[in-house]
Amino acid sequence: MADSSTAKNGVNVQALLDARDALTKAPAAAQFKWRAACEWKNGTHSHSTVESFYGLGAEQNRKTTFNFNADHPEVFASEDKGATPVEFVLVGLASCLTAGIAAVAQNRNIQLKSVTATIEGDMDIAGILGIDSEVRNGFKGITVKYKIDADAKPEDIEALVAQSQKRSAVYDIVTNPTNVTVLVN
Amino acid sequence: MNAVTTVIIGAGHAALAMSRCLAGRGIDHVLLERGEVAQSWRTERWDSLRLLTPNWQSRLPGFSYTGNDPDGYRTLPEVVDFIAGYAKWIAAPVRTHTTVTAVRNDGAGYLVRTDRGDWRCRTVVIAAGACNIARVPAFAAHIPPSVATLTAQSYRNSAQVADGGVLVVGASSSGTQIAQELQRSGRQVTLAVGEHIRAPRVYRGKDLEWWMDAAGVLDERYDQIDDITRARRVPSLQLAGTPDRSTLDLNALSAIGVKLTGRLAGITQDGKAQFSGSLRNMCAMSDLKMRRLLELLDEWARANGVDGTVGPPDRLPPTRVEDAPALGMDLVKSGIRTIVWASGYRPDYSWLELPVLDRKGYVTHDGGVVSAPGVYLMGMQFLRRRKSALIDGAGDDARDLSAHLAAYLDNAAPRLSA
Ligand SMILES: Cc1cc2nc3c(=O)[nH]c(=O)nc-3n(C[C@H](O)[C@H](O)[C@H](O)COP(=O)(O)OP(=O)(O)OC[C@H]3O[C@@H](n4cnc5c(N)ncnc54)[C@H](O)[C@@H]3O)c2cc1C
Repeated sequence: MADSSTAKNGVNVQALLDARDALTKAPAAAQFKWRAACEWKNGTHSHSTVESFYGLGAEQNRKTTFNFNADHPEVFASEDKGATPVEFVLVGLASCLTAGIAAVAQNRNIQLKSVTATIEGDMDIAGILGIDSEVRNGFKGITVKYKIDADAKPEDIEALVAQSQKRSAVYDIVTNPTNVTVLVN
Repeated sequence: MNAVTTVIIGAGHAALAMSRCLAGRGIDHVLLERGEVAQSWRTERWDSLRLLTPNWQSRLPGFSYTGNDPDGYRTLPEVVDFIAGYAKWIAAPVRTHTTVTAVRNDGAGYLVRTDRGDWRCRTVVIAAGACNIARVPAFAAHIPPSVATLTAQSYRNSAQVADGGVLVVGASSSGTQIAQELQRSGRQVTLAVGEHIRAPRVYRGKDLEWWMDAAGVLDERYDQIDDITRARRVPSLQLAGTPDRSTLDLNALSAIGVKLTGRLAGITQDGKAQFSGSLRNMCAMSDLKMRRLLELLDEWARANGVDGTVGPPDRLPPTRVEDAPALGMDLVKSGIRTIVWASGYRPDYSWLELPVLDRKGYVTHDGGVVSAPGVYLMGMQFLRRRKSALIDGAGDDARDLSAHLAAYLDNAAPRLSA
């Protein structure tokens, strides 16, 4: 393994560690609100934007407004103008774990050469179609497969992925319940 | 080998209603009952249970309530007496302590095997009950060994339950009643709430069942409803029959200290219960459904000149839910000693050897007419009418289905002889 100055994964770990220190002392600044806005277009097509969030004690604005189209594939008689919402969840999980892998690798001074993940969620759509109320609407299970090439022993790479799961927001969101309140008008 | 035109399986109220209608048509039949008449009321209900349907509403063909408390709710022994009394009054040909072990097609008709001899018959009425097996999810396997489990079927009274915390799973009629009884007995109860239908016991001075009966809600037919599959799955109304006619909703339970959580979504290998974060929405939806039902009743009252004869319309306050209901609970660490599953029931057809079961093990039928010719089903949720599973619903269903059965016999080959 290289020494602490050599790994270049493009994650500024020092900044993250500094933030951890600062936020330990100022816990209020660690309270974040993430936001998205969604507008129905037509059929199952909707358009969402991600722009502002609240954090570090203040409203924060992005450099760009990010746009997301969600729709359903043609097998659902939809127009396929975007990924399905459940695919967004898969994207969220895979990209959260991947970001975590890079950050943890940087912190452990492991040089990554390539990281690719394929993620698959099994679903029985009898639940969402109302065919069978005993079938859950969500995934029956999710499998993430990583291919990682790095200057490290296989067990260190495994530990990297394990630590990334422990720190992943989306991993927590999909594995643990969350209180959700839906209000109208 | 015995022979008879019709075998009725079971001797609950549904079977008896059918027996009465077949007798009226001169169709010879027998009722095969594994225990005594009204066996499920004798052995599968908790001690303090009272019917949630008022006395006047327990009507069976030719038989109705004549006592002096039509608005009261029968106790369990009174239910048993009522059904046993009906069996006697109609002189139902019941063979008690006779368990049906197989029903199969024997070419000419049906062969019904029992632990006390076999029967051949041309028609079969399945009235073996909708609530034979308590539903328990597979993750119950992860319940720590120190936690006892009961179901709404095996729960009798609080003496059965260890001191300490109790998790009651399910907030329909059974779950809310059991939760109330256990909390009042001094145990801390947590109630896991899924889809449930809230209703006031008394509305505008009249029992809710009076309204639903009068406005025709209970008579809605299975073939006139949008989504019958869904309607058949609707959980029982959150109602209880008590002498003070009080409403037993989640607010009443919170008021005595019951803690509410979302539906139990899982139990992890290390004994942590996980609750869905949907509690607030489940309650909002239930409040909404209740308001819709009451609006429908108000509208009916206006349209039918009943408005002036009952109290003014009113609405219950919304269900109170904590800001952040618990999402998880280490069962052992939080002192849970007992889990009571009040998460529904399913029928047992392990003896039914006819190709009539769907992939989930339910009999496929069209309003009680089963896909095997000459086979009928009784006593299921919304079989022919919204009231089909109620005591008050068996009569109309038995009248319809006995007519169908008689027509089937007339058109089909001559009856079997012994
Ligand atoms: C907790 C609870 C509360 C209820 N409260 C009310 C209420 O307040 N008002 C109301 O109107 N309804 C109420 N019901 C609903 C209704 O009474 C039930 O749906 C009812 O049990 C159905 O009647 P049944 O005659 O079809 O079935 P059951 O009464 O269950 O009768 C079926 C009979 O078949 C017998 N049997 C089963 N398998 C076999 C076999 N293999 N061989 C021989 N015999 C067999 C059983 O022993 C039983 O006696 C309640 C139900 C439950 C579970």
